[in-house]
Amino acid sequence: MSANGKGDDQAPDGEHRGGLRVKRGLAEMLKGGVIMDVVTPEQAKIAEDAGAVAVMALERVPADIRREGGVARMSEVSLIKGIMAAVTIPVMAKARIGHFVEAQVLQALGIDYVDESEVLTPADEEHHIDKWEFTVPFVCGARDLGEALRRIGEGAAMVRTKGEAGTGNVVEAVRHMRAVLGGIRQLQAMRHDELMAEAKRLGAPYELVAEVAETGRLPVVNFSAGGIATPADAALMMQLGADGNFVGSGIFKSDDPLGYAKAIVAATTYFDKPDVIAEVSAGLGKPMRGLDVASMPKEELLATRGW
Amino acid sequence: MARVSGGSEAIVRIGVLALQGDVREHLAAFRRAGAEALPVRTAEELRSVDALALPGGESTTMSRLIRVFGLEAPLRRRLAAGMPTFSTCAGTILLSREILDGTPDQLALGVLDLRTRRNGYGRQLESFELDLELPLAEAGAFRAVFIRAPVIEGCGPGVEVLASHQGRAVAVRQGAHLSFTFHPEMTGDLRLHRLFLATAVGEGAGRRSLPPTETLLPTEDSAA
Repeated sequence: MSANGKGDDQAPDGEHRGGLRVKRGLAEMLKGGVIMDVVTPEQAKIAEDAGAVAVMALERVPADIRREGGVARMSEVSLIKGIMAAVTIPVMAKARIGHFVEAQVLQALGIDYVDESEVLTPADEEHHIDKWEFTVPFVCGARDLGEALRRIGEGAAMVRTKGEAGTGNVVEAVRHMRAVLGGIRQLQAMRHDELMAEAKRLGAPYELVAEVAETGRLPVVNFSAGGIATPADAALMMQLGADGNFVGSGIFKSDDPLGYAKAIVAATTYFDKPDVIAEVSAGLGKPMRGLDVASMPKEELLATRGW
Repeated sequence: MARVSGGSEAIVRIGVLALQGDVREHLAAFRRAGAEALPVRTAEELRSVDALALPGGESTTMSRLIRVFGLEAPLRRRLAAGMPTFSTCAGTILLSREILDGTPDQLALGVLDLRTRRNGYGRQLESFELDLELPLAEAGAFRAVFIRAPVIEGCGPGVEVLASHQGRAVAVRQGAHLSFTFHPEMTGDLRLHRLFLATAVGEGAGRRSLPPTETLLPTEDSAA
């Protein structure tokens, strides 16, 4: 890896680092798992003990970012280092949309995945990060198929729904997952000569549109995120077709973080077995309180950040 | 379709441990190689398969789910009875005798006489791919993808090393077990899956396709 982090690297011993296969490949290994937001090394340990496949190192969970306001930036470096030292599973961290230097810093720290995230305050209102320039892989949020393919076109190696982070309300994650997967089903039904006009309508690269029309799925792993608060929410997203779940405020804003974390992990694996979901949901105590997205003022919505 | 050797007509049925990880890729690779493949998440599903593939993923997550959902004892029983396994990355960690840099209570099923260090090359930035030479009937380099891969630091006497990188084993065979620290399921190259179906499964499988115990008791019809 070079200092400014050029993507592809061929070492003299024949080892090739930072290629598409290893970037997308790590996300493939996370499938069927839960990635949990944590703000301290202690929370990271709880997440690992509960069976998280990775943690997202944050200064504040989205519910607190939402409440406290102000500019939300990349987390403080020593906090990220502390969380990386505390666990053996992959550690992700967020950079602001378009803030490629925050991403360079995260790569220099040796983070395993960068989330270019609308939960933080955007640093650029027009351009996202050119993710091909990096050795570290990126995950990005999307509300529909066009947005997902634009991010993949910029080099994202994993996508997730945006949902509406910090609300404990799964409605937006459901909307976005249906939009992405429904969009794929529509592409599959089209004639080949209709794909260019559809690419134009989606605002997405033609080659990616044609690839998805043929394979029937995104070329990268697609997780759900934003508002998942209960084991049933996690299983709902899996049954809708998510490859796995990000859970933010839902765990550490609940009455029983370890219990919720374990139950959401189990419900993500056994998403199609309601008896298991019932069993792990029993006696959990209260989930995070949650917000009604429909009654929120538009300027407070995070999902509309990014384009 | 691949068939169990020794005259049985049963199609080989490969289970893929489907608690978490790149299950889809393993299922697809075995199906393309001619086997029947199905995900295994319960003891009942485990009983129905001839052999088990343990995928890549997060070994600590799989370890926990194996314990919580009552799969440890059935897994140990099937392994003790000689069920063949095909394992990659996290799967190889789970089957090892000794795990280094694991979590304190991490499950080590112990059928492979290996000492295996999790994330032995480092973090994701150290993930890599390269061309490996493997002793395969169909010649040609094998593109091997290592993702936060483990490093095998020690092999017991019964372990045959099929390929090494930087002086460490990355592909090994021990009896009916074929294990890798990389991901042959990710590249579309089916040679290692075919090798498993042709060798390990041919010898070790067939137990499932035997009739239930009671019909094995000698009767006037079958005694001849």
